[in-house]
Amino acid sequence: MNADTSILSRRTGALGQLSDTFWRKPKILLFLMLTPPLLWLGVIYLGSLFALLLQSFFSIDDFSGLINYDFTLDTYRQLLIPSNFDIILRTVVMAALVTLASAAIAFPIAYYAARYARGKWKVIFYLGVMLPLWSSYLVKVYAWKLILAKEGILTWIFAKLHLTWLLDAWLSLPVIGGSSLSISYTGTFIVFIYVWMPFMILPIQAALERVPGNLIEASADLGGNPAQTFRHVLFPLALPGIIAGSIFTFSLTLGDYIIPQIIGSSRLFIGQAVYAQQGTAGNIPLAAAFSVVPIVIMGLYLWMAKRQGAFDAL
Amino acid sequence: MTAVLFQQVSRHFGAVRAVDSVDLAIAEGEFFAMLGPSGSGKTTCLRLMAGFEQPTGGHIEIFGETAEGVPPYRRNVNTVFQDYALFPHLSILENVAYGLMVKGVGKAERLKAAEEALAMVKLPGYGTRRPGQLSGGQRQRVALARALVNRPRVLLLDEPLGALDLKLREQMQEELKSLQKSLGITFVFVTHDQGEALSMADRIAVFSEGRIQQLGTPEEVYKRPKTRFVADFVGSSNVLPPDFVESLGFGRHHASLRPEAITLGDGPGRKQFSGRVTASSFLGAASRVTVEANGARIAAMVPASTAVPAEGATVTLSFLPEDLHTMDGAQ
Repeated sequence: MNADTSILSRRTGALGQLSDTFWRKPKILLFLMLTPPLLWLGVIYLGSLFALLLQSFFSIDDFSGLINYDFTLDTYRQLLIPSNFDIILRTVVMAALVTLASAAIAFPIAYYAARYARGKWKVIFYLGVMLPLWSSYLVKVYAWKLILAKEGILTWIFAKLHLTWLLDAWLSLPVIGGSSLSISYTGTFIVFIYVWMPFMILPIQAALERVPGNLIEASADLGGNPAQTFRHVLFPLALPGIIAGSIFTFSLTLGDYIIPQIIGSSRLFIGQAVYAQQGTAGNIPLAAAFSVVPIVIMGLYLWMAKRQGAFDAL
Repeated sequence: MTAVLFQQVSRHFGAVRAVDSVDLAIAEGEFFAMLGPSGSGKTTCLRLMAGFEQPTGGHIEIFGETAEGVPPYRRNVNTVFQDYALFPHLSILENVAYGLMVKGVGKAERLKAAEEALAMVKLPGYGTRRPGQLSGGQRQRVALARALVNRPRVLLLDEPLGALDLKLREQMQEELKSLQKSLGITFVFVTHDQGEALSMADRIAVFSEGRIQQLGTPEEVYKRPKTRFVADFVGSSNVLPPDFVESLGFGRHHASLRPEAITLGDGPGRKQFSGRVTASSFLGAASRVTVEANGARIAAMVPASTAVPAEGATVTLSFLPEDLHTMDGAQ
């Protein structure tokens, strides 16, 4: 029979045989595709995480500086001494504030992009959100140092607007103030928000994109004013996106050690403490214990979010 | 009293005239249907009543009050949406109680009212489920309960039965009709299904290209279509060309003739013509026979008790003169 007229054409060659086999047994293909990344994830990533956890249960000998490989909780106890606990508290408060502020700023932008932007404006939105991600993180942070510096453009703008008194009043506030924005917590806060903003906007936008427009109309139809519609319909349905975004901003802030080093007061954040402990101080167990803190906090955060029903709309 | 009044209402989207100079007066307690193909402007009219759209011209009143510029949440009008628009993150009971909740009704009271509304649409005890766990027909009832629990002055229904299968649709038609009678609420019903409009409505507005082609009772619209469009859209009437109408002695006009008004054979007082059978299809209670006569294609409904003539056969057909309606204009 001629190949052109046959109903069931024969596949010849090794490749043909192979693709037929995959078609008949799709699980083999899935297995082949998933094995390398799962090995990577399992061995390299989870393995090193486990090694890190293990380190945190060792301690360091104060005299010799050598690691004592006996199982102990001493290192964790060290986290609770005031100077270390301050670092944890400072980082968590900063991460929480950055997350809240990012969500508040990102929501209207994401809402606009999801509900109103069409065609050209949608492209502009994506470019505007993604473009900062294309340039180096260090370049952005140093650029912000210049913007926020005492001789920087922000001080200049405040002066031109005759608002220098406002800036000075802000900087004279305890804790959040400082001699200039670039060496205050306020500066650290601003730069964190700027750098993580895309990670908050995009998940919220994706969540809002999936909210059918007629649910908003239905709420209005049933008598819900815009504030009620936001509270009872839009916000609950966007919550998985907000939680996803907050996981990024929260965990990235918890772990970052570059921004607070370049912009802010000289007081340490967790990331800097880890960097210092495993480097100059050579205290690997304490560095490991510090690294466990963000993991535990994120675990608690996700558990609470789940309990509050944040993922019910998924 | 007039429930909804449209005076020269237009809604243009750029160059598209979705609704074009529509005049309309819907009486209180009326079951009013807006019938038309998709894109005819009937849904836009409904959205103008709900407040989701604002007119670009004209004047709208709801129970004597000016409706322009009044947002949907300040209108005592509720909508049953085409795809129900139930809130996926809320239980059925919370969905139904939503309107009362945003109005500040206490929790115990609103949940009780929601439970009663669910019982009214024959879904008692379904309150704890989520919309995703219900079938299409059940969701439709929930949407109805969610709107009715607010005791609206006007209930707007946007193709509410479109997604249901035939059996369920017929059942819901009857239930909607009896619900409307017992509640006495004005129903405004949008549909593209002429059978649905004819069987349920007190009055029908037939829409085409943003305008009302004809407004009247189902009988008027069905038996005396004013335009070719209405004749064609409502009940697939035969539209007879002027030549053919003239040859039957009615003057030179377009005319409509219902398929069921035509019978095989002749009779006293009937107008007759002959034609060649080109197709026939069995529909159950009757057969639809298409005949070519004087260059016009004419459909006739032949009762199942009568033998269906073979294709190609020449047959004599007749009708009562009063069943033929001449139409003004070529439209």
